[in-house]
Parts: sequence; C-alpha cells; structure tokens
Amino acid sequence: MPRGLAWLLLALVLVALPHGLSFSQQEILVFLTINVLLVASYRLLTLTGEWSLGHVVIMGVGAYASALLSKRLGIYVPVAMLLGAGVAALVAYILSFPLFRMKGFYFLIGSFAAGEVIRLLWKRFRDPFGGPKGLKRIEGMPDLDLGVYALDFFEPITYYYFAAAVVAFCLWIMWRIERSPVGLTFHAIHWQDKLAEASGVNVRAYRTRAFVLASGFAGFSGALLAHYIGTINPNSFDVEQMVFVLTWAIVGGTATFYGPILGCIVLTVLNEIVLREMGFEQMRPLVYGLIMILSVLFLPKGLESVVQRVLSARKTG
Amino acid sequence: MAELLVQTGLNALYAAAYMSLIAVGLVLIFGVMGIINFAHGELFMLGAYVVVALYADFQVPYVLVAALGLVFVGCVGVAMEWAMFRRLRDNPLGGLVASIGFLMILQALVSMGFGVRMAHVPPVTQEVIIFSERVRLPVQRLIVILAAIGFLTALWAFLTKTRFGWALRASAQDQEAAALQGISINQTAGIAMFIGASLAGIAGALTAPLISVNPHMGHSVIVAAFIVIIVGGVGSLEGAVLAAVIYAFVHTFVTTFADGVIADVVGLLLMLVVLIIKPTGLFGTADRA
Repeated sequence: MPRGLAWLLLALVLVALPHGLSFSQQEILVFLTINVLLVASYRLLTLTGEWSLGHVVIMGVGAYASALLSKRLGIYVPVAMLLGAGVAALVAYILSFPLFRMKGFYFLIGSFAAGEVIRLLWKRFRDPFGGPKGLKRIEGMPDLDLGVYALDFFEPITYYYFAAAVVAFCLWIMWRIERSPVGLTFHAIHWQDKLAEASGVNVRAYRTRAFVLASGFAGFSGALLAHYIGTINPNSFDVEQMVFVLTWAIVGGTATFYGPILGCIVLTVLNEIVLREMGFEQMRPLVYGLIMILSVLFLPKGLESVVQRVLSARKTG
Repeated sequence: MAELLVQTGLNALYAAAYMSLIAVGLVLIFGVMGIINFAHGELFMLGAYVVVALYADFQVPYVLVAALGLVFVGCVGVAMEWAMFRRLRDNPLGGLVASIGFLMILQALVSMGFGVRMAHVPPVTQEVIIFSERVRLPVQRLIVILAAIGFLTALWAFLTKTRFGWALRASAQDQEAAALQGISINQTAGIAMFIGASLAGIAGALTAPLISVNPHMGHSVIVAAFIVIIVGGVGSLEGAVLAAVIYAFVHTFVTTFADGVIADVVGLLLMLVVLIIKPTGLFGTADRA
C-alpha cells in the first residue's frame, strides 16, 4: 500500500472515530489525544538517555500558566496556550541547571523531587494558584464562527478535532526534530555519551535542549487539558499520573517514534473501555497492574517490537 | 521552649527509627539487585494490615502478630524476587515498572479485603513515660525506637559476621565477580529481598497502632524513603541510616514550627541541595548510579 494512501486512511479513521462513540467515550478520546502528545514529548526527553519523573508536573506548569494568563490577564486562549508552553519550557530550562548535574537513577529521583516541590508550592499558595482546590472556571476555547458553521469547543467532538489537529502538527514537528542533525545527536548521546563528548559534542547542552523542547510540548498538552476540563488542581499532576506516562512509554517501547503512542493508546483503551465495560470497576487497578508486570516480563522490548516483527515478516514473506 | 524542643526531638527520633528501617531495606534491595522497588511503601502497608487482620480483629497477642508480620511480608518479598525481579535483573526500568504494577495489585487486594477507609487498630499499650509536664513519650513509640535499633544492629552483625552476609555484600559490590567465587546470585537476591521486605513489614506492624492505616499509606512513606536513600547515597546502608535521622529531624522540626507542606518542601529542597553539591549523595560512590 502506498504511503500517502495509508496516511489518508488513518486521517479518515481519526475523523470518523468519535461519531461511533458514546459521550463519555468521546471525552476519553479527547484526553487520549492530549496524552498522546504528552507521551510523545516524554519520548523526546528520553532520547538522550535520561528518564524524568517530573514530566507531568511540567505539563501542569503549562496548564497553570495558560489558565492564569487567560483568567487573570484576559489573554486570548490560543495565545495563552502557546505562552503556557513557553513558561513550561522556561521552568524546565531553569530546572536543568541543578538537574543535569545528576545522571541515571539520581536524575530520575532528582526530577521527581523538583516536580514535587513545584506541586507543593501550588498547594501551599492559595494566591494565585488556588491552593489544594486548584483553579476553577478556566476559560474554554472561545467559539469560532466560520460563517457557515459555528464551532462550539465545549462539545467533545469539536474539541477532539481541534486537539487532534494541533497534536498531529506537534507530532510532525517532533518527528522533524528527531530526524534533524540535533535529533541524531540526541541518539548519539543516548548510546555513546562518552564518545559523543570526545567528538566535540556538548552533551550537557544537548540534554538541556531535549529537556526544554520536551517540556514545551508537555506544557502545551497541559494547556490543552486545562482549557478543556476547566478545572485543575495539584493532584491532577501527581506522581500517579506520572507513573501512567512512564508505563505507557515502557510498555509501548521507546526505540521507535510510535512506540510510546502505541502504549498510551493500547493501555488507555484497555483500562478505560475494555475493563470498564466488563464491569471490573473495583478490580481495575489489579488487572492493570497485572498487565504491566506481564508486559515487561514477556514483552521486554515493548509493543513496538511486535509491530516491527509483523512488518518485517511482511517484507520478507 | 526547651520542653518543646525536647518533645520535638523525641518525635523526630521516633520518625527516624521507622524511616531508617524502611530506607535500609530499600537500599539493600537496590544494592543487591539494582532494582528500585517502588512497591516498598506497600510492603510497609502490608505489615500494618497484618496487625489489622490478626490483632485488631482476632486479638492474637501483639508480639506474635509483629513477628508474623515480619515473616509474612518477607515472604511476599521473596515471591516478588522469584516471580519478577529475577527475570528483570538486566532491565532496571522493567523492574521499576513491574514493581509499580505489583504496588497497584497490593493496593487493590487490600482495598477489596479491608475497604479503602481507615482501619482502626486499638492501642497496644496506653502507658506514657512522663518526663515533665510537656515532655512525654508513649511507650509504643519507645518500642518502635528500640526495635529499630535492635533490628539494625542485628542486620549489621549479619552483614559483617556471617558468611551469608559476606556473600550479600560481595554481590552488591560486583555481581559477576561474586558469581565467579561460587556465590549463588539467586540465593543472595532472595535473602536481600526477604530482609528488605521484612524490615518494611515490621516497620508497618510496629507503627500501625500509632498512624492512620489505609491502603494508600505507602505513598507518603515511599517519597520520604527515596529522599532518604538519595541523601544518604544510593547503595550505602550507613548513609541511609544517617540520612533517615537527618531527614526525620528536619521534617519534624519544620512541621512543628511551620507546617507540614513547608516541611515536605524543605525535605525535598534538602535533597536537591545535597544532589547539587554532591551528586552521588553523602556516602555514595560515582559508579553505583
């Protein structure tokens, strides 16, 4: 099948998808779309070999910043979203100074601590962050009048189309970054950081670059979330959410661009739709935990390895 | 004022006692297997629920219950090693994810068995040692402090005086070299997992009458334990104990004189500062990261 046709087919499926779903499933679809951006940005961060546990808090920084900018200063929502992404990238840049003194396990826990400090500050300072209850009545996307058709972004379907388009664009940018010389340097640092350094690559600067870029996209996904659900609080960005992102990435596999996205979609569909429909409400975490263990035991290279095997079998056979 | 300081010091000592039990177990597991056991807080929770099940519901003698808690949680640890960690030894991220999955299973099982709400544990002893009008030490807290000292001394003796202890330290230092000397990696990993888990279990069993017992109580414990093992330097048992004492004192004093959230922030900042000044922790060496 030619490539162009495959993409067209995928686009058609994505456009048709929400019409076959119930209202609550449509809402899940919106969250899923936002999470795809989040987990893809997480992979961008892990390209240089460092795993962060603060990524969801950075997403929250984007959400809080965008919500406050539109609420307090009355900035037009789409502009506030972009500014929120900028603030998240800026915070990440500042955090990179202490964090990139660490490596490996220390970086993992250090990023967790830094994120937790930010989250506790949201909790502690009622003004302007709203304390434990967080921010409420965040401006939604303003209605868009196209003349023939007025778009109401309170509708999950409409917001889904908006988010899907924006997320697709972001994914394309990330894909281009990975394929650029900068992205190839990220890979080099991941696999051979000493060699890269010896070849004159400023490893620290490239790690910072990956971290800041990934944080910008994460912040944008946070802004997309904030202006959709309209209320955010410190617990929306706690370590439990981070654990979900981490497991999406690891269960999906991080060797390919689509691995984490695949993990996110498969696990969300399993957790939110299959297990819910089967009436496992109370046992959901149990089954989900079991799936996590089984997948790392029996699919150590992630779901992407299955896809790769199928693709290569088709090519040779 | 002096009395308040002494009282806060006693509270801090109690916190340091159970924190060091938990942190030492976590360090031991990481040292021998290279796996970050995210489910360690849930092992602590499991220890507390052994007390809920046997002592609060069936009035089995408390000492017996505590011993059972230690053995039971230790066996859960061995089961984790056998079922998951053994197969994931060269895959630290996989080990992390598996332990997170196990954590969710334990939480779900306990929630289904006992309900998600706080479980009531009747006090084991109502006695309080009264030093002065405002300096008091409940005996249950004294038990925790003494037990922690006892268990940590026993662990130290085990690690330095017995052949199993030597084997354990050898495989924590260099697994391949240890295997070449005829040390069974699977056996030492099992022992390390039993000790690490049972220390978390006994900490849960001893503190159960003093704290609110619920299926999600492991979360705050694991956060503090991570701070402690990072400040101490990952892989260093002495560092973990020292850092547990430092952290407990800082956290307790800030909680008393400011508030709990500020104390959490200060604790995390303490860790960040240590990491910035010495990125391998107080007692850590560079190659153990």
